[in-house]
Amino acid sequence: MIGLSHNAQWVLLSTLILGTAAGIMGCLAYWKRQSLMSDALSHAALPGVVGGFALMGFKNLPVMIAGAAVSALIGALLIHWIRSSSRVKEDAAMGIILSVFFGLGIMMLTFVNRMAGASQSGLDSFIFGQAASMVRKDVLMMIVLASIVLLVAGIAFKEWKLFLFDPAFAKGLGMSTRWMGAIYMGALVLVIVVGIQAVGVILMAALLIIPAVSARYWTQSFKWMVVLSALFGGGAGMIGTLISTYGKGWPTGPFIVIAAACLFVVSLAFGARKGLVVLAVQQYAQRKKLRRTTFVQQSALERGS
Amino acid sequence: MLPVINVNQLSASYRKNKVLDRVGFEVRPGTMTSIVGPNGAGKSTLLKVLLELHPKLSGTVSFFGETYAKAKERIGYVPQRGSVDWDFPTNALDVVLMGLYGRIGWLKWPKKLHREKALEALDQMGMADYASRQISQLSGGQQQRVFLARALIQDADLYFLDEPLAGVDAATERAIMDTLKLLKSKGRTVLVVHHDLQTVEDYFDHVLLLNRTVVAHGPTADAFTRENIFRTYGGTLRWMEGLSG
Repeated sequence: MIGLSHNAQWVLLSTLILGTAAGIMGCLAYWKRQSLMSDALSHAALPGVVGGFALMGFKNLPVMIAGAAVSALIGALLIHWIRSSSRVKEDAAMGIILSVFFGLGIMMLTFVNRMAGASQSGLDSFIFGQAASMVRKDVLMMIVLASIVLLVAGIAFKEWKLFLFDPAFAKGLGMSTRWMGAIYMGALVLVIVVGIQAVGVILMAALLIIPAVSARYWTQSFKWMVVLSALFGGGAGMIGTLISTYGKGWPTGPFIVIAAACLFVVSLAFGARKGLVVLAVQQYAQRKKLRRTTFVQQSALERGS
Repeated sequence: MLPVINVNQLSASYRKNKVLDRVGFEVRPGTMTSIVGPNGAGKSTLLKVLLELHPKLSGTVSFFGETYAKAKERIGYVPQRGSVDWDFPTNALDVVLMGLYGRIGWLKWPKKLHREKALEALDQMGMADYASRQISQLSGGQQQRVFLARALIQDADLYFLDEPLAGVDAATERAIMDTLKLLKSKGRTVLVVHHDLQTVEDYFDHVLLLNRTVVAHGPTADAFTRENIFRTYGGTLRWMEGLSG
């Protein structure tokens, strides 16, 4: 794009792809009733990121991403374990894991920041996201991982639909719901750990939740909901990154989230399916029709009497 | 003749509560059996354990003399209507199409032929006009008919239905019962979790009275007696007071 450095163009491309992948996975999470789960997972990734850094002593992205994936998966397992082995409900379990892991991550960050070279590492940028700090190698990795997610969602589209709508029936047809669940969780964690560098652990969930919810206002078809959610996510990623490049050291995450939120507000108001404006117009038309018919009935009655 | 289902000493529990206690029965091909019992008797659990959707504690189950895994393709299941989210963005035809997913093949897209078959199944349930209707905009009875169409299209030899007649309109009840009778006439076997004792004798040729364990099982004329019903429901059944014999 005009006026953007070569690096900034790469960054823009990567947040576009990231947003697209997050939009798709967010759509699956929405129908698995696990929107909040994505928030818990992204917070749970922080200790892994910091741990990965401490392990190497310098910023090595693959190791840190692996660390993030491990700690997010541990978080997911713990949530599952708490829910299935105690009376604690899933939302409470997620609340516990989310805050404890995030607290642990911040605590580790405080210690690690005292290590030599850590203060310049940009480790803090994992909290709010700093897409501009990414170099070409990071961007390439992001593109590869996000493409895997796109592929997983694309080739098994019919299977995802059945898995989300009626898992018991899917099982009866011989589909391994256990495997589908594992692949879903793996892809979700992948999007999160890839995305936290650009969006940050705190706001990553917004990129998963908001596009899907916005898309719901426009369509009655699952296929189109996924496509729209991908477009919204990609659009928000790109717009947010573009805005953040105008300032020096502006974090990308908040701008991406605000861009997504704007798309949501537009959807809420003007969405073709149950958008507020559409509902109001429909209601007005109904009322007008009702008034007219009552008027006709009344005048007929009066004529009759 | 080989029984369609053979259940032996089957037990299952939810958490600490034993819901099924040494359940045993056999079902002959071409029969239509209603599973009847009070709330919490384990009717739905029995179906779920048979279909391996819920783990069993002990006991054996076989279908057509084989394990569930081997017989899976010959079994159709209609879950309770409330088991899915009807707000899911899809239409009636697409839901019916799901019944063909196994035959279409994993990772492949449905073809025109499959859509035509799905439309046929909908038509059989009197729902052809609703094919492109959003499932959230269907009435309860219509949703139940969509579920049944999805099972029909599987062309199974054995069908399990969990409360298909609960809270449906008269037209749907008739459509469902006509379909089940048609299946029976083709030699298929049907098991239905049923809640309405008044219609058991009219609708089903066999009955399985269940209250955590099998209280009675057999042809409706023999097993559906006042005494057996009383043993199944305890003293909780006011309806029985009006029953003669």
